[in-house]
Amino acid sequence: MTPTAALMITCLGDVLYPEVGERIVRLLRGLDVRVEFPAGQTCCGLPLFNSGYHAEAAAVARRTVAIFAAAEQVIVPSGSCAWMVKHEYPGLMTSVAERTAAERVAGRTHELSQFLVKVLGRRRFRSAVGGRLTYHDSCHLLRGLHEAESPRALLRELAGAEFVELPGSDECCGFGGSFSVRLPEVSTAILDKKLGNVEATGADCVVACDAGCLMQMRGGLARRGSRVQALHLAEVLEVEEPLGGAP
Amino acid sequence: MEPELATPFRERAGRALDDRFLQEALTVATTKFITLRREAFAELPEGDALRDQARAIKEATLQRLDYWLERLIERIESRGGHVHYATSADEARRVVLDIARRTGARMAVKSKSMATEEIHLNDALQAAGVTPVETDLGEYIIQLAHERPSHIIAPAIHKTKGQVAELFARELGRETEPDPEVLTRIARAELRQKFLDADLGISGANFAVAETGTVVLVTNEGNGRMVTSLPRVHVAVMGVEKVIPSMTDLAVFLAILAKSATGQKLSVYTSLVNGPRRGGEPEGPEELHLVLLDNGRVRQIAGPLREALNCLRCGACLNVCPVYRQIGGHAYGYTYPGPIGILLTAMLNGPAAVKDLAHASSLCGACMDACPVRIDIPKMLIELRREVDQQGIAPWPERAVFGAFAWLLQRPRLYRLSARLGRLLQRPFVRGGRIRWLPGLFGEWTRTRDLPAVARRTFHERWAALEREARR
Repeated sequence: MTPTAALMITCLGDVLYPEVGERIVRLLRGLDVRVEFPAGQTCCGLPLFNSGYHAEAAAVARRTVAIFAAAEQVIVPSGSCAWMVKHEYPGLMTSVAERTAAERVAGRTHELSQFLVKVLGRRRFRSAVGGRLTYHDSCHLLRGLHEAESPRALLRELAGAEFVELPGSDECCGFGGSFSVRLPEVSTAILDKKLGNVEATGADCVVACDAGCLMQMRGGLARRGSRVQALHLAEVLEVEEPLGGAP
Repeated sequence: MEPELATPFRERAGRALDDRFLQEALTVATTKFITLRREAFAELPEGDALRDQARAIKEATLQRLDYWLERLIERIESRGGHVHYATSADEARRVVLDIARRTGARMAVKSKSMATEEIHLNDALQAAGVTPVETDLGEYIIQLAHERPSHIIAPAIHKTKGQVAELFARELGRETEPDPEVLTRIARAELRQKFLDADLGISGANFAVAETGTVVLVTNEGNGRMVTSLPRVHVAVMGVEKVIPSMTDLAVFLAILAKSATGQKLSVYTSLVNGPRRGGEPEGPEELHLVLLDNGRVRQIAGPLREALNCLRCGACLNVCPVYRQIGGHAYGYTYPGPIGILLTAMLNGPAAVKDLAHASSLCGACMDACPVRIDIPKMLIELRREVDQQGIAPWPERAVFGAFAWLLQRPRLYRLSARLGRLLQRPFVRGGRIRWLPGLFGEWTRTRDLPAVARRTFHERWAALEREARR
């Protein structure tokens, strides 16, 4: 049976990086997944939640839960948004019925790399870019959802590219949502350290699974005129052609 | 008000970023601490279980804090010690000053204690004619420099060895190479006579064991042992939450405390103080006083910051915090720096004190990960932000922006329209799909980073075509 997945393309991904969403759609279709994009979705509400606007975040959470209530699986291409849905939505609800609905959605929600590796069991992909790749752990995916392995498994087995570990890959890139504009100097100092580590690996590309980290790292790399690219995981994965004669 | 607070937090942080010496010292020290901690726990397969156990002990003790404090008081008094309960910093200072006055003390040697920093004891002693002498090397350094600790366990972490050598030359008249061993020897010689001359020994306490009435001090330099045994009178100042039930519990904490703090299996000295000198004992103080400090703690047993009462003061969350690693401890402006420090500052000074500090975190969660008792610091930082918003302490334009954002997110049609509006507004600023400069709040971003332009077509606007593609 063809699995069906509902895409949650949250704010930054919708407005700033739509090409990432496009790639995800094609990638999943290439893996025989039927992709839906439920109408009316906006943002997961994490920016509101993290700044302490919990009543407002709860209102956003409620409508997001309603929009995805019927979905078999929900795929979120950003670790922090996935964390928000899985980790914080249920606690924001005020009635038992709402909470049950939120927990159902939370249980069916997967960050993209987790969906590929843990739900579909697919690890072998071809690289859409050549050269050397490294990986930055987004904080919410790593420490919030305890996921370090799925993205690495995909990158290690990627055909046509070399994977190297990034020293201090588990350290924050300095984005932190509103933190990046409330304390821009500190945010940038943290970013500079991260980018220094990235450049020291000699990688052509640093891969991440979070729109926030990508915005921060791309912004910094472009400003320093670096040749290194920061790409979303979906931008480096391509479905391998079926191998002739393989079972 | 604390002296540093005259300048806004962002400016204090900016100065720290520009301080070349601070940056060098911080990078070296925190990197070392992180590596040592990681190695120490790698060798301890039961580490995670011990951390869970430690947390459970702390939680269970908090549940019955009154009971365990009574047990502790009873045990200490039965050994001839005295216990004082101080509701506020002011009361705690008065208790110590009264003891100093009654015993005619002129000089007090101190071992490292954040609780006495919290109540600003040194200034009070000085004003009362009692000279306080810090005997922990780091504390000694910053006392000479007339500064305050910038780290919970490594008070002089912000100083390079070169700066310490300069300080010793200036303050002690001892010119020397910036060699830590030589510098330590100088401090040691300076301090030896002080230990012998002091009337009063003042310490903190890492734990107090209720069932035995034991005050526990964990140190590396042996100064704690001298402070608690050489002078006639020993006063220990301790937050009420540091009481633990039994020696068995103590063993759990000792197994993880030093590993979290410095990566040591155990600290060099673990001193168990069991009351004043008794008949027939050759040494020890004639009087032992324990000052139990509340100062806003007890209120939090039922408050939003309850979990912060589990803190062991190991400093691991500071070492791993990307913000602390960039700005160091002084920029925070209060006694306790770093992620846990923000919570403790709110506990001691109220949420208004942390209206900026509550945002001094990217919420990366490294603190919670490193915490030996897994305190959910990010959750409580968010909670503090919420309090700051709700009590109207946050500036109104900020509240208005978030209010408007929330409103927009619940109106999908307008939300999609706003992308078009963004495309229109950004037009003068976009060059090659990127924005290098924007005015106002966005300028805080574009000063150091490019901003991606709003896409020519959002994902929403591309979806129809993607659906057609599937049907082909």
